[in-house]
Amino acid sequence: MAVITLTINDELVSGREGDTLLTLMREKGIEVPTLCHLDGLSPRGGCRLCLVEVQGSNRLVPACITPAQEGMSIVTHSERLIKYRRMILELLFSERNHICAVCVMNGRCELQAEAAAIGMDHVRYDYLTPQLPIDASHQRFAVDHNRCILCTRCVRVCDEVEGAHTWDVMGRGVNSRVITDLNQPWGTSKSCTSCGKCVQVCPTGALHLKGSTVAEMRKDRDFLRWILDGREKKQWILRNGGQESGR
Amino acid sequence: MSRTVTIDPVTRIEGHAKITIHLDDAGRVADARFHVVEFRGFEKFCIGRTFWEMPGITARICGICPVSHLLASAKAGDEILGVRVPPRAEKLRRLMNWAQIVQSHALSFFHLSAPDLLLGMESDPAQRNIMGLIQQRPDIARNGIRLRQFGQEVIRLLGGRSVHPAWAVPGGVRESLTAEKRDQIRRMLPEAFDIIELALDLLKDSFDSFANEIQSYGDFPSLYMGLVTPQGGLEHYDGLLRVVDADGKVLEEAPPGEFRRFIAEAVEPWSYLKFPYYKPLGYPAGMYRVGPLARLNVCDFAGTPRADRELRQFRRLGARGKPVTSSFHYHYARLIEILFALEKIEETVEDPTIVGDHVRNYASVNQEYGVGVSEAPRGTLFHEYRVDGNGVLTYVNLIIATGNNNLAMNRTVKQIAQAYINGNGLSEGILNRIEHGIRLYDPCLSCSTHAVGQMPMHVQLIGPDGQVLDELRR
Repeated sequence: MAVITLTINDELVSGREGDTLLTLMREKGIEVPTLCHLDGLSPRGGCRLCLVEVQGSNRLVPACITPAQEGMSIVTHSERLIKYRRMILELLFSERNHICAVCVMNGRCELQAEAAAIGMDHVRYDYLTPQLPIDASHQRFAVDHNRCILCTRCVRVCDEVEGAHTWDVMGRGVNSRVITDLNQPWGTSKSCTSCGKCVQVCPTGALHLKGSTVAEMRKDRDFLRWILDGREKKQWILRNGGQESGR
Repeated sequence: MSRTVTIDPVTRIEGHAKITIHLDDAGRVADARFHVVEFRGFEKFCIGRTFWEMPGITARICGICPVSHLLASAKAGDEILGVRVPPRAEKLRRLMNWAQIVQSHALSFFHLSAPDLLLGMESDPAQRNIMGLIQQRPDIARNGIRLRQFGQEVIRLLGGRSVHPAWAVPGGVRESLTAEKRDQIRRMLPEAFDIIELALDLLKDSFDSFANEIQSYGDFPSLYMGLVTPQGGLEHYDGLLRVVDADGKVLEEAPPGEFRRFIAEAVEPWSYLKFPYYKPLGYPAGMYRVGPLARLNVCDFAGTPRADRELRQFRRLGARGKPVTSSFHYHYARLIEILFALEKIEETVEDPTIVGDHVRNYASVNQEYGVGVSEAPRGTLFHEYRVDGNGVLTYVNLIIATGNNNLAMNRTVKQIAQAYINGNGLSEGILNRIEHGIRLYDPCLSCSTHAVGQMPMHVQLIGPDGQVLDELRR
């Protein structure tokens, strides 16, 4: 694999061809906020929090889906970028009803943590306060659309890892909504395997275990690493005509 | 010419309210009203949420008695789940409720009412607050702060935080009590007992100097409502809902879930606070009182030795074995309840079964209707929920302790106004007396704990043509 060299924040960095900017930044210990990105799932570039400046271009690019190129020079933290990141977070908060104080994920929410990290102490935009339902029809899980930021991690993990593709997105723009099957109650979904991967990868309290109370929900994403490592190393492929499983 | 006197805002209470006093042509009090001027909307915007979230959401109704909402809501949730909470969880919930009663009653007595009681109802308003109390009677102010701290600390040890703990949940509680924390509570108890004994002496010694106030601060016959144990003892968490009449005769004694049979709600266009009443007597004749005074009036005995001794003295304030009718004695009842709660806390921490696991039971939705009732510091609190098969709320009704006292508070305001306002003799001190009538009930009108010190008070005398005839500011 060809090695490339580029400049990140005035520092020379080398990487492999095909690496994204986000991968190289994280290898160098440079942290930028991300919400839609999750290691192990396909990149999406939806939340725009990881936008970086590329020298020679006026256009900001999302680090999570931009391949690193030889000779590139990028800036990850500038006044403009921080202003935009905060603006994006404020817009996310204003779009739905994020009431941290009574949320099942209070204290462990990625949206809340990013807002706190960037110093977002208030929202300058009018809240849209949409009237959105909770779908608690599933026996074990519930989805509260009031807390969804449309990162589509649930859609991707269900499709790419579980292979069920129960989740998808309907509607456009501000009216977009994650749905199960063809917008049927989750509890009636025939494709859902009730594996719970969507719940574990959700960055906010939108997907949660039914019966969770305020600040009680804990999410564990280690499973994603085990499954993907196992897949990569072909640990679950039967060998010798099914007599022996790979180790 | 008739006039209206407005006290707005009413100070040293929890929340926002105003009082209007309507004077007739001769300057005598024709009527007086207590208006709650803030709108909360919990009954509406909680629809569509799940009942599991409700203890955490409704705790936010109030920063002083979040525990009461937490418990009433969790109990309504227990009913929807159809589970019995583990016995240990019930003991822990009771423990937190008693701690809540100690801290809230201490706040009411020491921080909000003591400035009137110790510095004088008509003393200098610049001093007549907790800061003035700290300057003039630092020992008493300190005691009040320490006693409240004790209650808050017990709540924190149990629930992780003293304000808005999300600890009680449908099915039980989230965390058990460790032996270390239990010992910590045990170590704090002696000081709390010392303080309450001092406060009781202080109040009882002052009864002689408040003879007029005792007669005019809400002294009228009414019904009383509160929880009692199945044996008739003083109760704050569960048991039976008992209603007694002005002679002490028991009118109702029923499981709290049946409250709809005898309690109904009315509304008035001039206040956001509901007016619940005793259904068989109709509105507004079905006026009843709740809270410390009512609880001591409805119970047959307290159930702890020191509180029972005080209760016997308290009973002598009523006429020949009848309920104590003066709302001024809410103060005394409040202190007796602190003593009772401390004795119960002591009893609980000595219980060897209090420490251990298994404090929560799990189930899914088994009932689509649930009522949770607890005794908040200010009185009986009802949470009534209806859910769909998935646990999503379709109906929420809350009867807050203070709401139960609404008719009585209005009556009290009028009685004090009539006793102290004659002719045109209006003064800041008299208006403070009327406010004190409200403070007796320690009404909790919102989720906000106001900062100590001076709150602006603006009183206007308004003529029938709307012209401002006189103004008082402080």
